[in-house]
Amino acid sequence: MSEPLLKVQNLRIELSLRDGIAPVIDDLSFELGAGESISFVGESGCGKSMTALGIMGLLPEKVGRIASGTITFDGEELTTVTQKRLRAIRGNEISMIFQEPMTSLNPVYTVGEQIAEVLRAHQGLSKAAAWNNAIELLDAVRIPNAKRRVSDYPFQMSGGQRQRVMIAIALACEPKILIADEPTTALDVTVQAEIFDLLNELKRQTGTAIIMITHDMGAVAEMAERMIVMYAGRNAEQGPVEQIIDHPRHPYTKGLISCVPHIMATLNDERHELTEIAGIVPPLREFGKDRCLFASRCNMVSQQCLDKRPPEAIFGDSQRSACWHAEAV
Amino acid sequence: MTDDTQNKPLLDVQNLTVRFAIKRGGLFGKAKYLYAVDDISFQIKRGETLAIVGESGSGKTTAALAVARLVNAYKGRVDLDDTDFLSLQDEDLRQARSKMQFIFQDPYSSLNPRIRAEKIVREPLDNLDTVPNEERQEIVDKLFEAVGLHPEQQRLFPHQFSGGQRQRIGIARALATQPDLIICDEPVSALDVAVQAQILNLLRKLQADFGLTFLFISHDLGVVQHMCDTIAVMYMGKIVEYGDRKSLFNNPLHPYTKALLSAVPSVDKKRRAETKRILIPGDPPDPLDLPKGCRFANRCPVAQDRCRSEQPNLNEVTQAHSVACHLVNETGIAPI
Repeated sequence: MSEPLLKVQNLRIELSLRDGIAPVIDDLSFELGAGESISFVGESGCGKSMTALGIMGLLPEKVGRIASGTITFDGEELTTVTQKRLRAIRGNEISMIFQEPMTSLNPVYTVGEQIAEVLRAHQGLSKAAAWNNAIELLDAVRIPNAKRRVSDYPFQMSGGQRQRVMIAIALACEPKILIADEPTTALDVTVQAEIFDLLNELKRQTGTAIIMITHDMGAVAEMAERMIVMYAGRNAEQGPVEQIIDHPRHPYTKGLISCVPHIMATLNDERHELTEIAGIVPPLREFGKDRCLFASRCNMVSQQCLDKRPPEAIFGDSQRSACWHAEAV
Repeated sequence: MTDDTQNKPLLDVQNLTVRFAIKRGGLFGKAKYLYAVDDISFQIKRGETLAIVGESGSGKTTAALAVARLVNAYKGRVDLDDTDFLSLQDEDLRQARSKMQFIFQDPYSSLNPRIRAEKIVREPLDNLDTVPNEERQEIVDKLFEAVGLHPEQQRLFPHQFSGGQRQRIGIARALATQPDLIICDEPVSALDVAVQAQILNLLRKLQADFGLTFLFISHDLGVVQHMCDTIAVMYMGKIVEYGDRKSLFNNPLHPYTKALLSAVPSVDKKRRAETKRILIPGDPPDPLDLPKGCRFANRCPVAQDRCRSEQPNLNEVTQAHSVACHLVNETGIAPI
């Protein structure tokens, strides 16, 4: 296999808090090939978004820093490049769409100006050329009557349309990687389905690799080829989506799949009690301890889990699970 | 219909309409009205759960608020256990409210941050003043136990709880007056997935233990499918489909319900292979300028001329399943 597009190795991101330093990302490794789609899954506070911000070089200044590990993008080491180079990559080769389409657009500029801005900054297009390009992009994300809508302000658009504008901005420079941080949580299901369709189609056309961050296993099943389950800053499980959904090898993954009431092909009278994952994600000061951080919520916990951080067990050729009891799950 | 008291619904809502005045056209402009809820009727039997589902702007929350008289209904009738709830005044209303309680969507903003948890749960009892003072603490203790909180947590303030625990406090508060009906407005949508399961299980357990009746508002069809006995699907202020859980989910008839169901991402490989996505392009119509015919016609993949000119009524297909669609009314089968 050739060198992957993005290779993250032993990444550790630390946040300085009032009561010391907490590793919000603790020894994370993964690879992303060109044109591939991968999903990060987990509850809030598990480090999904931090990973994305780390790759983008957007960690909160003075508070967060990459303590160790490497992020190699297209042969280039991102953890050591200059701010200037990072700015050239950001929005150009790696771009990101955010959760809230309501707040991530600037309300005082038209959507056309906001799309054109990216093109002028990164590709040096003239004002007129960038504007025309913006119209084409709006058309590509299927906003009807793009020529007229390009001079609309964000408030004149619905939530789904605003997210489409965000996608147009993110895709303006044909990035190699698109990071989508919960792109549809604020949207209705029918709009969500349209956005997923759009992302999948654009991925097919442009060959952009997609990193999607979500907490919805259904969305993962529809969108991604591989998934990474994060818990408390650590990689709990990683592997091909179908394989993991068929047979999760980490109690947390298993819990995440079965705690949500899914709509099945046919519905009958029986309604099982939902599997609960008792408790909540541990507070930041617990992160980084040398034990399994999921132990407090796990029903398979043993003394070993409390004494030592579990190593990764490998199943098949690519499913990895960080659990002492992975065989038994 | 039978007049059998056993089968009489606990909550009977008839022709409920809520409208909001919208000022338009300057100082002397004619007042325009936005009909957020337009002539809907539904019943809930004691001990059962009815869900209202729909996308944002469909009027589901407004309908729930109107039932609880938290917004004023323009027309219609709400009977709670034979009391005409909408006509009650002053003290009668205050007392009647104890029979109908509300659980809100956002556990962060629905609890007063300056009041301790025990006081929050106790407040409805203090306000109604029907239970002697010395018994109130005992009730609070029991409620804390019932919703799975520790007794020592009674002294804490809301910010010291996690989201799921706060929602438990909200549930305990709703239970304090021993209501018959609890209206749950998106009770889990602000919570993390793993915590959602805890709250949903708790709600079902409490329903079984206390014989509660739920009016459940949600946009999440997975949750609705798990929680409810009857479902009403709303679109633009109207109920477009109404049926019991099994017939609605296994045999959805209205094109909108079909589209909604087909849009839900699924982990079930079989379901993914079987469902064909039904696209409904475009946006819902302007609520101030509603079309003459069916409100879904402009997005409906099978709409015909008749759908654009004439509004469909909610008609029974089987005893437990009604739908408002011309195409279904003619044939009794789903048009797509």
